[in-house]
Amino acid sequence: MNPNAYIILSAILLCIGLFGFMVRRNALIAFMSVELMLNAANLAMVTFSHVHGGLDGQIAAFFVMVVAAAEVVVGLAIIITIFRTRQSASVDDENLLKH
Amino acid sequence: MIPLLTAQAVAFWVFAVLAVAAALGLVLSRKPVHSALCLAAVMVCLACLYASLDAPFLFVAQIIVYTGAVMMLFVFTMMIIGVDSVDAMVETIKGQRIAATIGAAALLVLLVLAVGHGIITEPAGLDEAVGQAGNVRSLAYLVFGRYVFAFEATAALLITAALAAMVLSHGERLRKKERQKARAARRTREYAEQGVDPAPLPNPGVYARHNSADHPALLPDGSVAEGSVVPTLAARGVVVVDRGRLVAPNIVADETIRAVKDEQHGLLPGENELRDPGPAAAIAAAADSEAASGPAEAGENEEDER
Repeated sequence: MNPNAYIILSAILLCIGLFGFMVRRNALIAFMSVELMLNAANLAMVTFSHVHGGLDGQIAAFFVMVVAAAEVVVGLAIIITIFRTRQSASVDDENLLKH
Repeated sequence: MIPLLTAQAVAFWVFAVLAVAAALGLVLSRKPVHSALCLAAVMVCLACLYASLDAPFLFVAQIIVYTGAVMMLFVFTMMIIGVDSVDAMVETIKGQRIAATIGAAALLVLLVLAVGHGIITEPAGLDEAVGQAGNVRSLAYLVFGRYVFAFEATAALLITAALAAMVLSHGERLRKKERQKARAARRTREYAEQGVDPAPLPNPGVYARHNSADHPALLPDGSVAEGSVVPTLAARGVVVVDRGRLVAPNIVADETIRAVKDEQHGLLPGENELRDPGPAAAIAAAADSEAASGPAEAGENEEDER
């Protein structure tokens, strides 16, 4: 099995996530797109770990997972806080810092 | 010559197609719940791909951390924010969607051309690195050996994140909580000043057709108790407001009870026709006669005892 296929799949998922992050206006879905990009990067790391015959890539993927979990916790708390004050989860409504 | 088809190749082509389809579903579906479901599907597909790459520990961790914990958080947040909130499809920046599409496609082409064919050696495989110890034990040697400081740092990070989430989502109570004594005093005062009934409010559905939350209770005089349903439901307009629908079963039950009572009290067939003023008046008359005969019977009983 050619490992390049895994890398290309990882690139496809990363670009889909990037597209979703730029296009969607709902903060939750934009956040999910970020998760998708993180997972695409994880897939690339696990693939390279397999190709090079070392476990360091898997360790890195594991740490990315931990950091992503922490990021989700804080990010969702921020979304809830903004929703409480603005009654909206759209990224277009967060314009308090603009003026 | 038949190409060699390994289990890894089968797993890759099945789960890669599923993962890309689910990722597109995540980005393109309009409802957040559908997106969450698609994201869970992507995570499971990626977990299976990890398994095909000799990473059983990451396979399990991916399923537990992502489809378990992270998706649960997402769905909880969605429940708070509102499941039905459909994304507005209005472009706030003109031409942004087209630009984003072109940008993502350009990045994809760049990545595929740059690194898509970068691996020219055969994969070394993990057999040598893992050795006799097995995947999980080898990872543990690395995590608690060479990467122990990074591991400790993630521990600190997780604790900080949990604390931050609690601080951020904590809502300060604006008014003091009303205790039982204060509530009793308030109800009594309202009864004295405005004549509001001091008793607790009835539950939804008391005396009405159903006891579901969208059926208001009926007060003993047959009127609808507006305060017995949750105001949120009333604002959404799902509460049954037709009084006839709420009262109808009671009327039917009343008539049935009356008919059974007539049977039990020995009205003979055809006796109703003898009473000319109609059945309702006859029942009233019967009730009167019962009330009149009650004390008399009591008196007779007393006489018997003597």
